[in-house]
Amino acid sequence: MDTAQIVLVVLWVGITLYALLAGADFGGGVWDLLAGREHANRRLIEHAIGPVWEANHVWLIFVLVVLWTGFPPVFAAVMSTLYIPLTGAALGIIFRGSAFVFRKVSTQWWQRRLFGAAFAISSVFTPFFLGAVAGGIASGRVPRGLAAGNLLGSWLNPTSIYGGVLAVGVCAYLAAVYLCDDAVRAGLDPEGFRRRAIGTGIVVGLIAVAGIGVLRLDAPRLFTGLTHRALPVVVAGAVMGLASLGLLLARRYLLVRLTAVLAVTAVMWGWPLAQYPVMLPPSLTYQQAAAGPGVLLFLLIALGVGALLILPSIGWLLLIQRRLPYDSH
Amino acid sequence: MLSPLALAAGPASPADLLAARMQMGFSLGWHIIIACLGVGMPSLLLFVEWRAVRAGDADLMRLARRWAKGIGVLFAVGAVSGTILSFEMGLLWPGLMDVYGQVIGIPFAIEGVAFFIEAIFLGIYLYAWDRLPPRIHLLSGLPIAIAGVASAFFVVSANAWMNQPRGFDLENGRVTRVDPMAAMFNPATLHQTVHMIIAAFMVAGFGTAAVYAVGMLRGRRDRYHRLGFLIPFTLAAVLSPIQIFVGDYAARVLAEHQPTKLAAAEALFRTGTHAPLSFGGVVRNDTLHWAVEVPSALSILVGFSPATLVKGLDQVPRADRPPVNPVHWGFDVMVAIGFFLLLISAWLAVAWWRRRDLPRPRLFLWLAALAGVAAVVAVEAGWIVTEVGRQPWIAFGRMRTVEAVNPAPGLWVGFLIVLLVYLLLTVATVYVLRVMTRAALVRAVAPQERA
Repeated sequence: MDTAQIVLVVLWVGITLYALLAGADFGGGVWDLLAGREHANRRLIEHAIGPVWEANHVWLIFVLVVLWTGFPPVFAAVMSTLYIPLTGAALGIIFRGSAFVFRKVSTQWWQRRLFGAAFAISSVFTPFFLGAVAGGIASGRVPRGLAAGNLLGSWLNPTSIYGGVLAVGVCAYLAAVYLCDDAVRAGLDPEGFRRRAIGTGIVVGLIAVAGIGVLRLDAPRLFTGLTHRALPVVVAGAVMGLASLGLLLARRYLLVRLTAVLAVTAVMWGWPLAQYPVMLPPSLTYQQAAAGPGVLLFLLIALGVGALLILPSIGWLLLIQRRLPYDSH
Repeated sequence: MLSPLALAAGPASPADLLAARMQMGFSLGWHIIIACLGVGMPSLLLFVEWRAVRAGDADLMRLARRWAKGIGVLFAVGAVSGTILSFEMGLLWPGLMDVYGQVIGIPFAIEGVAFFIEAIFLGIYLYAWDRLPPRIHLLSGLPIAIAGVASAFFVVSANAWMNQPRGFDLENGRVTRVDPMAAMFNPATLHQTVHMIIAAFMVAGFGTAAVYAVGMLRGRRDRYHRLGFLIPFTLAAVLSPIQIFVGDYAARVLAEHQPTKLAAAEALFRTGTHAPLSFGGVVRNDTLHWAVEVPSALSILVGFSPATLVKGLDQVPRADRPPVNPVHWGFDVMVAIGFFLLLISAWLAVAWWRRRDLPRPRLFLWLAALAGVAAVVAVEAGWIVTEVGRQPWIAFGRMRTVEAVNPAPGLWVGFLIVLLVYLLLTVATVYVLRVMTRAALVRAVAPQERA
């Protein structure tokens, strides 16, 4: 493995962790939006997200920085061509993060309503935009260069819409699965989130299957990759998805956390495996885009030292979060 | 949202370039205030908590709890406004990132690590306060303070690189032989980072003290308010004279490495000895009008002798000069506020030395309240000096801002939306912080949700 390959893997691990951790936070916002008068659910969501969302969120900054340091032309091309959905995602992140905290400290009913709505609605838009960005890249609509692609067509196309819908669905599904376990831990009835998890699980599964048709028409190269080299991962994802449904039916909430994470991870890794070694389809490979070997090595050392500091700290944080007593008032 | 015009990408129009600069300036200028508090406040908080735990002091513990809650809100807002900046590096300046992303990436990566540590330990510190032994809890706050200062260092070192690009070779428009250490520790790094970190502590100190100064002006002169005023104010007061020395050193580094910026700051057009120090005035047609001048003072400050040669704006072609008025005024405002903060700090020092008490006149508290705002204005003014003073370059002498901007049309629409969002964010942040302050006074517990 050369250093560029290692940085590529590190980058994708970061994207996966962002999807798994912050994705669940976005999903929490989706359920918050749909909670209606079920304020107990809303409180549980707040309780589950509270201590960790800022740390979860850092993965996005990590991804941006590793991308621009490791593969600068890819970063420049993606950010400039897709600046409209990415600005949308950035604004969604502002609204989401700040409104969540503001709601937490607000005491008036109307304030909580207002901030809650901002939090929940932006939790839907942000993953949609990010999924649309992924679709634009995967379907080869982002050429190398500054704003060289179509500013609208690069994210308003079948693959992008598919990516956006899938992203929102995955977030909602992950959150519902996590919240089942959290509800049990908090001594609440997990039945509501179990129903939601099963429902979204089925819907997301159907969307994922239907999407294969979309990709075949709109992104044939990606389709070929997914049905050939990345096929084992795609199959593994499908198996894990089905296993998760079974475990949900059997009310095995801790285990389903694991299988759901594996299912989403498989979906996440299918894409780069399908198009490797190309970073920007149709032709820009990671070798052509990579920064100098000295920079890559330095980057890996910095991140390695960082990981030694960060991983035990995260472990401690998660331990504290899971032991935090649930306050139902 | 987009006009048909916006559908065909071409070179950025002057309006789009201006919009991109305004958007970057605006979101950075917003973030810098929150970031200053995020860098400085944790140390103040830990000091107060440490004293509270050691002495079993209930007032100090109340202060610590209050500040911790405020930091929680500010950190969340700072986390999102900082994320926006890393988006904007690519959304607005892809030309810079395309070529130089790998040169300035390393400090940002290390800053990311530091920020991660900050976020993790802030989560632990805030949520586990009553579940950890006091000493362990205090220790869990230490990484927040250290990581905050480290973040400031690394981010500012990347900005310093834009002023003094080092650590690479250019071949056919692509960089080669990148040396990340040389890029990170360039000639501007030392003075810029030290100046900014001290400024952050001063904003945190004067800013926090100002809140309690207002409380005292409203008649709340209990021990809680006195401590809330004195502890942060003392920290900032001690730093005030140091900051002036660092600023003076920074100006001398500019004279050597980035003379156009110093020349713009002093509105000095003609190169020569006996260069004057100019206060105020307006530049029109390459001449400074109506300024108060101290003859030879700039030469003395730069080289300790009136015979020191100071380079003026005439050293570079007109196309390479920064806009002089904003840089000159930014510089003067920053320096003036620096001395105002020094004087009010001295006032407290004298009163404390003579009577072990605050100065008696209400004017002192009024000025102390003003100092909180003034410190923020000084940071913004100084930041205008360093950013506008670097123009027309985005990487000094290497790449022009116009080469770096995203050529996609419609950037000004994005700018207007971002402006609106930040307006909302500002109103909401100030409102929530005020509600929190008031809730602390009234201790009213309102129902969380309507049944």
